Amino acid sequence: MTRKFLAALVVLVITGRGVCAAERVDPAADLKAYQSSVQREFPNVKLKDFANGPYTMDEGMRRQWEEIMQFPPYDFAIEEGKELFATPFANGKTYGDCFPNRGIGIRQNYPYFDTKRGEVVTLELAINECRQANGEKALPWQVGKIASISAYMASTSRGKPIDIRIPDDPRALAAYNTGREYYYTRRGQLNFSCASCHTQNPGKRLRGDVLAPALGILASFPIYRSEWGSMGTVDRRFISCNTLVRAEGLPPQDIVYRDLEYFLTYMNNGVEVSGPATRP
Amino acid sequence: MASSIRVRATSSGDRTEVQALIQHPMDSGFVKDASGAVIPSHYIQVVDFEHGGKIVFTAFWGPAVSKDPYLKFTFQGGKKGDEMMVSWVDNKGQKDTTVAKIG
Amino acid sequence: MEDNSSLTGSLCRRSLLKAAAGAGVVVFASGAALLPAVADAGGDQSKWPKDAFDAKDEAAVIGALFGKSATPSDKVKLEAPEIAENGAVVPITVSSDLPKVTRISVLVLENPYTLAAAYLIPDGTGASVSSRLKLAKTTKVVALVEAEGGLFSAGKDVKVTVGGCGG
Repeated sequence: MTRKFLAALVVLVITGRGVCAAERVDPAADLKAYQSSVQREFPNVKLKDFANGPYTMDEGMRRQWEEIMQFPPYDFAIEEGKELFATPFANGKTYGDCFPNRGIGIRQNYPYFDTKRGEVVTLELAINECRQANGEKALPWQVGKIASISAYMASTSRGKPIDIRIPDDPRALAAYNTGREYYYTRRGQLNFSCASCHTQNPGKRLRGDVLAPALGILASFPIYRSEWGSMGTVDRRFISCNTLVRAEGLPPQDIVYRDLEYFLTYMNNGVEVSGPATRP
Repeated sequence: MASSIRVRATSSGDRTEVQALIQHPMDSGFVKDASGAVIPSHYIQVVDFEHGGKIVFTAFWGPAVSKDPYLKFTFQGGKKGDEMMVSWVDNKGQKDTTVAKIG
Repeated sequence: MEDNSSLTGSLCRRSLLKAAAGAGVVVFASGAALLPAVADAGGDQSKWPKDAFDAKDEAAVIGALFGKSATPSDKVKLEAPEIAENGAVVPITVSSDLPKVTRISVLVLENPYTLAAAYLIPDGTGASVSSRLKLAKTTKVVALVEAEGGLFSAGKDVKVTVGGCGG
């Protein structure tokens, strides 16, 4: 009863606004309210364990995950990613030249708000922009090489708490707000919002699947899903979730998806990076 | 390009535990692609594990083994530093072999 | 199941493999992982039990592989989840403390082809194997263990559902 009330209250506070555009957007307050409500709902789960999503919610699933984790299928992607990451472009430069700390141990800071250009930059966007800046073609989104590079980079950040910054800049707050609105807006034939599953029903089953809470959900990306038999990035997951609720999706790296990733990853602040990971 | 076979073999006392993960599509022949065409079956049929000149384990697989297949078994013998050879052949006659060190 | 028309003499391959291993020569096909190796290495395809893998029910598999009937035994341990997180990748372990185990097989009764995998257990190898299998739908999984004294089995029902998060 209390949990539902609190969840509803959070939703109400966040979405129950008038037409006033000058409403105060307070990410830090949202973060505190959200994380404490989830921790109250799942008092026995440590913050970092939320990164394991459904495996923290269900014992039967956890045992299968532990079996698979003896030798995870994403190992091939990490290896491929490591090799790709180290291979210089035709002009002699490497990915390391584009990223802070040569691209190692930085995944926890993505996505970030680029105040110079006034938009959210995700890790995959940064990877492809690095390629293009060095005379290479962009990699296809969602799958394959870009997922492998992202997997390798994520693996170098394992254990580092997610640390998304929202600068005191109206454009950054607007991006956060766009993401937040998208998350709570119902869409599609099934009329679900992201919140319908990941805020209102974590730990419960959606047909055969156990739902993960939004808390921790992006900490383990990119993921190797048994369903896909391959790696997929955050935008692969956003696109497929929209397909599932029979909603019109957006193209990969659409500005709204980036804003959604910005909002959602911020809600995961403090959870340790545990990507790449396996999922059903 | 690296081999498709990854091996983690560890000895403890007189037993060696072997885990292998192989990169292979293991297409069953029952799945259609986006255009509706059946993806032909393509799966590993035989995997052999050798140590000290002797085959210590053989797997016969069919299309029901998962993509990027995994195996774990234990055999008596083997010690740290020993080499093991792992080989597979699939239904198209493609093959791969690797040599791994026991840790 | 398809025949492999590019199969070269299996006897030749087996001898080469044994000779190579015996002489301590490393037959290593790096760099061309999925192309036939220059040195003729690889598993021995001729021993693959085609009839067993073509079988469409438990009796036909047992007939093709063992030629004797199976007795349920609590000395055969089959570990499989109650509800598979995804039917495409189901971790399954078969183990047994029966004496002198020589073969272990795993059958998935509701699959289009019943036999999923069969393993040869030489002397000195443990009677235990873990793998990941595809289960087409909710099914009984049956483990068959050939040991001294005959053929023994254990079964377990595994639920395979339509995921809500698939796609």
